[in-house]
Amino acid sequence: MNSPLKRVALACLLMFGLLMANVTYLGAVQADGLRSDSRNVRSFYARYSVDRGWITSDNGKVVLAKSVDTGDTDFRFKREYPEGKAFTHVVGYFAPESASGIEGAEGRYLDGSHPDLVVRRAIDLISGKPHKGANVDLTLNAKAQKIAYKDLANTGKRGAVVAIDPKTGAILTMVSVPSYDPNPLAAANKKTVNDAYNKLDADKTNKPLLNRAIGLTYAPGSTFKTITSAAFLMDDESRDVNTMVNAPDALPLPDTNISLPNYHGESCGGRATLLAAYTISCNTPFADVAMEMGYDKLKEQAEKFGIGSSLNIPLDVAKSDIGPDEGKAALAMTAIGQRSNQMTPLQMAMVAAGIANRGTVMKPYLINKITGPDGGEIDTTDPDELSEAVTPEVAAELTTMMINVVRNGTGRAAGLPNVTVAGKTGTAETAPGKPSHAWFISFAPAEDPKVAVAVFVESGSAGNDATGGAIAAPIAHDVMQAVLGQ
Amino acid sequence: MTAKRRGAQLAMLAFAVLIVMGAYASVGLGIDGQIPAGMLTYGLGLGALMLAAYLVLAKWAPWADPLLLPLVTLVNGIGLVMIYRIEQTGQDGASATTQLMWTALGVVMFSATLIVLKDHRALQRLTYTAGFAGLALLLLPLLPFIGREINGARIWVGVGRFSIQPSEFAKILLVVFFAGYLVAKRDVLALAGRRLLFIDLPRARDLGPVLITWAVSLGVLVMQKDLGSSLLLFGAFIAMLYVATQRTSWVLIGILLFVGGAVLAGQVFSHVEARFDGWLNASSPEMYDREFGSTYQLMQGLFAIGSGGILGTGLGQGHPRQIPLSFSDFIFSATGEELGLTGLMAILMVYALIVERGLRTSLAARDPFSKLLAGGLSFILAWQVFIIVGGVTRLIPLTGLVTPFMSAGGSALLANWMLIALLVRMSDAARKPPPQAIQDEGLTQVMQR
Repeated sequence: MNSPLKRVALACLLMFGLLMANVTYLGAVQADGLRSDSRNVRSFYARYSVDRGWITSDNGKVVLAKSVDTGDTDFRFKREYPEGKAFTHVVGYFAPESASGIEGAEGRYLDGSHPDLVVRRAIDLISGKPHKGANVDLTLNAKAQKIAYKDLANTGKRGAVVAIDPKTGAILTMVSVPSYDPNPLAAANKKTVNDAYNKLDADKTNKPLLNRAIGLTYAPGSTFKTITSAAFLMDDESRDVNTMVNAPDALPLPDTNISLPNYHGESCGGRATLLAAYTISCNTPFADVAMEMGYDKLKEQAEKFGIGSSLNIPLDVAKSDIGPDEGKAALAMTAIGQRSNQMTPLQMAMVAAGIANRGTVMKPYLINKITGPDGGEIDTTDPDELSEAVTPEVAAELTTMMINVVRNGTGRAAGLPNVTVAGKTGTAETAPGKPSHAWFISFAPAEDPKVAVAVFVESGSAGNDATGGAIAAPIAHDVMQAVLGQ
Repeated sequence: MTAKRRGAQLAMLAFAVLIVMGAYASVGLGIDGQIPAGMLTYGLGLGALMLAAYLVLAKWAPWADPLLLPLVTLVNGIGLVMIYRIEQTGQDGASATTQLMWTALGVVMFSATLIVLKDHRALQRLTYTAGFAGLALLLLPLLPFIGREINGARIWVGVGRFSIQPSEFAKILLVVFFAGYLVAKRDVLALAGRRLLFIDLPRARDLGPVLITWAVSLGVLVMQKDLGSSLLLFGAFIAMLYVATQRTSWVLIGILLFVGGAVLAGQVFSHVEARFDGWLNASSPEMYDREFGSTYQLMQGLFAIGSGGILGTGLGQGHPRQIPLSFSDFIFSATGEELGLTGLMAILMVYALIVERGLRTSLAARDPFSKLLAGGLSFILAWQVFIIVGGVTRLIPLTGLVTPFMSAGGSALLANWMLIALLVRMSDAARKPPPQAIQDEGLTQVMQR
């Protein structure tokens, strides 16, 4: 009987061989697919097993996002956002299957999977402690951020506020209204989160999920006259604020049978200085000088302010654009910030900041520094130049014009006691009969700028004809005041 | 002359218990960073039990294979640790204390078998008794009042809170019956018949017992919805028939009969077909989400093994609760998550070694009944591991069976400890030096120096 027994032994060997081969196939070859299968909750649990780093602002003094140890075995760490709505669009949320804002963009630092943290991770793995991620400190000024959010929300309209430190590019304020509480979206339950998300997503009128500061572009209206003025001054060194420009009550647009009026049909007296035209925001002079200069010069100047470049702060920023060259009539409209001229509020803040910083535009950024779980510094953002927009001389001329707007023109509401404020209003018509977008860009103190602001209030969010001076400038006022510590 | 190797056996036994204690400690460290309070109780309890088993073995079967007891101790211990670990997750039904109690009873059964059964050949006289008893046990769950259906299979009998799975005991009795029966009939089965093409066909009337076993297997399949036991018994019978007769035709006839029966059953009974569909399309959403015969459990088991990867998450750090009944049929998958591919390979290796020691015993046995019984018991162990592990790893369609020595469940533990006792008993007989002849004939036969 030994020879059939040996064959049975061989059969047993074969069976164990097959089992081992199959287990190897599962554990080594198919493992990745099985691990990442959406029905495998382990990757879901793994998200909550990491002691995710905190997100802070004001050099770590204000906590914007933190991880709380619940002691639960499956969902150990819970993400909480103590400051709520005002910071949502920047900080983002950490949802079961996704993450937005800084939570998403800096996810690899926060969850500790970044290559910079590999040693730390190995130590945690060996010691069996829950893995700790790195902390991210933002450049935001929490006080100004909260004021900006409160002011904008109080208008009852949609919009965005961006404030930048002109000398570094550090973003001090980034608010988008309407906002939402990120806490429900950070629940460790896919259904709860999906329900909360779908509810926000379903609001197609208010689009609360959208970060209006960087997510979409809008016609900048008269604030764009700052760029047109910059191009005009740069075009000929002999020009200054007192250079006379044509300022007819109505400017016939070439190849059309319409003419461009001033705002509300006001008169600018036929001829005016650049300063006067800018201060009371006449339309016709800027349309006229743009047609004189041509599309390319305007476009070139716009690009020097960063328009058209792709920015990552590290959130992705929608590209601003003055639109294509469609002839002189179109260029006239572009020069006063209408037509296909589309800007993000961040871009307009960069325009103000560039002028404030003697013509140099700094690269905007949100990350102040990244520190390890033990507090050691891993990375700090060094300010970086984006471009030379205008010469210091032209920047000075533009500053004079903007100061005048706040002192004597449409932007009086932004004035601060004992501080020289420079600014420009904008009221962009979006479509005939529809309410306008209201804009205000500014910086202060004009002599030694510490903050540059862009306020944007979206059209259609209220029935009245809100102008930049009436609705946007007071918000800029409060934000500048908060940053300057008054 | 074979050495007893008792010192080595004791050392390996201690090593196995140490591994298990280390695993307990690891579970506690993995869960809350502390060595669990139960480590000493469980560890020393297991150690004391195995020392008792060793002493019984040393006294009543001194020549027995030294590897069997340490190997079984290791898998039994790892099973205990996994059940303890799953109990910590709060999954209903997992109880390490109960399992330790059953292990103790298993060791008692092991010892009793060794003490009572001085010579296993006594079993040969009980061939038909064993056969009837085995059949009766197999059919017991079908009786009203005491038969119970748990998780869709009617393979339990119970009174009050107490329930047993008689098929686990029937398994051993039927192997004893097959061995006795085949030893008696093997000449007829092996020689009579005609040759057709390349295979020797048996006589029609010799097909009787094969057909009866086939019918019983199918009966189990159909009436108790227990594919696993059905496959287990029939496979063991065919293997033993082959060993007894050396005729490949029996294997072919057996496979044909079983596949034919299963296909037929598959068309009549939805649960057989469901298992087959589930095997082929386990990960398809329709199969995964459907209410009856869903592959949810199978896929969760595969997710666990895949997530464990090569080294595993470490004991206490996986999510075994995701797999329904992770302490029972799917304990292999739960182990795979925490001990990884490495741990599973080690466990399969231990099983393979147990089987190998059993088959070695069979080869060394001196009489046909012992050969068949040892071979049959070893094969049924290997076959059971293949069916359940192959099932949960999707090598073959999933049929519910207990993972020997690891899964929670008293009946299986008792039965498998008895199975090991029989192998130990036979290895003792096989390795015992034959009685010395009265006169030493060696010297007189030397012709030339």
